[in-house]
Amino acid sequence: MTSPHHYQLSHLEALEAEAIFIIREVVAEFERPVLLFSGGKDSIVMLRLAERAFHPAKVPFAVLHIDTGHNFPEVLEFRDRRVRELGVNLVVASVQDAIDAGTVSEPPDGTRNRIQTPVLLDALEQGGYTAVFGGARRDEDKARAKERIFSFRDDFGQWDPKNQRPELWGLYNSRIHAGESIRVFPLSNWTELDIWHYIQHDQIDLPSIYFAHDREVVDRSGMLYAVNEFIQPRPGEVVEKKRVRYRTVGDASLTAAVESDADTVAAVIDEVASTRITERGATRGDDKFSEASMEDRKREGYF
Amino acid sequence: MDILRFATAGSVDDGKSTLIGRLLYDTKTVFQDQMDAVERVSRERGEDHTNLALLTDGLRAEREQGITIDVAYRYFASPKRKFIIADTPGHIQYTRNMVTGASTADLALVLVDARKGLVEQSRRHAFLATLLQVPHIVLVVNKMDLVDYSEEVYERLREEFVGFATKLRIPDLEVIPVSALRGDNVVDRSENMPWYHGPSLLHHLENIHVASDRNLIDARFPVQYVIRPQSDAYHDYRGYAGQVVGGVLKKGDDVVVLPSGFTSRIAAVETADGEIDEAYPPMSVTVRLEDEIDISRGDMLCRPHNMPTVTQDIDAMVCWMDETAPFQVGRKYSIKHTTRTARAVVRDLQYRLDVNTLHRDEDATGLSLNEIGRVRLRTTVPLMCDDYGRNRSTGGFVLVDEGTNRTVAAGMIADANR
Repeated sequence: MTSPHHYQLSHLEALEAEAIFIIREVVAEFERPVLLFSGGKDSIVMLRLAERAFHPAKVPFAVLHIDTGHNFPEVLEFRDRRVRELGVNLVVASVQDAIDAGTVSEPPDGTRNRIQTPVLLDALEQGGYTAVFGGARRDEDKARAKERIFSFRDDFGQWDPKNQRPELWGLYNSRIHAGESIRVFPLSNWTELDIWHYIQHDQIDLPSIYFAHDREVVDRSGMLYAVNEFIQPRPGEVVEKKRVRYRTVGDASLTAAVESDADTVAAVIDEVASTRITERGATRGDDKFSEASMEDRKREGYF
Repeated sequence: MDILRFATAGSVDDGKSTLIGRLLYDTKTVFQDQMDAVERVSRERGEDHTNLALLTDGLRAEREQGITIDVAYRYFASPKRKFIIADTPGHIQYTRNMVTGASTADLALVLVDARKGLVEQSRRHAFLATLLQVPHIVLVVNKMDLVDYSEEVYERLREEFVGFATKLRIPDLEVIPVSALRGDNVVDRSENMPWYHGPSLLHHLENIHVASDRNLIDARFPVQYVIRPQSDAYHDYRGYAGQVVGGVLKKGDDVVVLPSGFTSRIAAVETADGEIDEAYPPMSVTVRLEDEIDISRGDMLCRPHNMPTVTQDIDAMVCWMDETAPFQVGRKYSIKHTTRTARAVVRDLQYRLDVNTLHRDEDATGLSLNEIGRVRLRTTVPLMCDDYGRNRSTGGFVLVDEGTNRTVAAGMIADANR
């Protein structure tokens, strides 16, 4: 990562410096920040940056997992190991518990993406968290391309694209009234490829499902879904064993795999650099429904 | 590979969206699923060719209201550089957004339509870029295909702009003739303009030297956070975390802590990987000192023989960014400058500047949204200031309304190093 020119940072060094600055800024200005951790690569990188930002002290905030109940076991194991290593407090907010308690109801199609939002908002309120780190990147989606690094949310966690605070230089406005909150995106300026290059550079460990492995899948409109307790083949669908990996990690009932032989970080980087489909377009059933689905969900309080 | 941040300003009419779409497309940043969507919409609208402007199409909230909501950030990379575009709408009511996008930009692209020549908007964009001290400006003369790739048209525009630019003191200016629609001089040199011997736009963006734009002379380290592990292994550890915003910090350097004036010496400059030889902008590091002195967030470390001005009286240009209330003499705001937050009262509005004519209105009594003026503030505690022209980090600040919590103004400090 060292650059040949003197007094010039490489792009990864500059992105890391910016993210660490943002994370420290939040800890300095908010009483109760929390980091949203899904076990996906972006949140793993973010947790690593938090570790680096406060070294040799411990990460000074808790980690919050919104558990849809549809998990990849490899990801849960990874989460628990990482939390143990860092000695941070893990808070799990369960969508299943909320369904059981009747505070949300499961949609007929069984997808839980949309009902994560009220569970998230409840967890934030109960924990008294006023600043919430998310791993979202602006290259992911056009709604995110216009969202601030410190994204102001009202009493209901809602994002209003027309009422955003100007963000100049490295000066982030952290003032809020009671009930309001700020979502903070330290990885805003990173791309999918930057994330992978950083994982390679910093030798960051990831859940095994990010790398090529054999798995039984069904093909649904070009998306490969693993057959598991959440996804059963529909009549007429053929279960095939394929060599696949996951490009994103989300709800196990919604996240599709891609065919791949990439079994190392270097191989994944080659694949990502030459791939022609966006990661959400390739792997997320939830983003396909409507052109503006991310924009709509953010307005409701989603990340 | 390093990063170049650039700001674009212009309206749809100038072909700005097409130009950005072209850069994304020709650098293979556009994914197949995005391209499929653009081709589908172009076909549905009955357009002759794929409308690359659709690649930067906005939110539904914007399309419904026919407006563009502030800054969109876009990313692409070539083998040489990663690029971050702050894409801002060009119309006058979006001065706020252009100022925001330009605040962190290494370079500004000002777009003109070759058929129309310089218009009020082009001059305003160039002025705002220089006000925000963007070190490099590129005037992109677009739609050259519609003026038969005429050298004469290009030369006339270039001369006119250079004449205007001398008044603005632009440190580095390049004028590039392109057709974003057809791709001339965007990524590759165009065969349609053999009279043009300069670089293509991408070649210029890839090769322009930006590392020396940072201030490496005046050491400035605003303390962001104090790291105290309170663990057995690091019982007495006390590290000052922050981002270097000027100069170079090394172990053994004598330092002075402002505003207290206490002096010490740097015991170590560290990252999570351990000690490093030196730190320079924009590195995020932790500094340990040889002496135990009282230092907290908002203090600044610098060198004893090279200090910023420590003052409660701030002269600055401000851009007013709030539509709900005007800037008024006598009002109090929260001021955020480096890692320090204070309160400020407006003592004086010396003049309001017309961003189109550069005329100074000394009778102005306030500033409304998107207006720029020269002001004097008095702060509750001293700030460690440099001229904005010398250091954008120690020279820039924002004002926040204490009632609504809105970020209401951006300020650029003037005459700090008198």
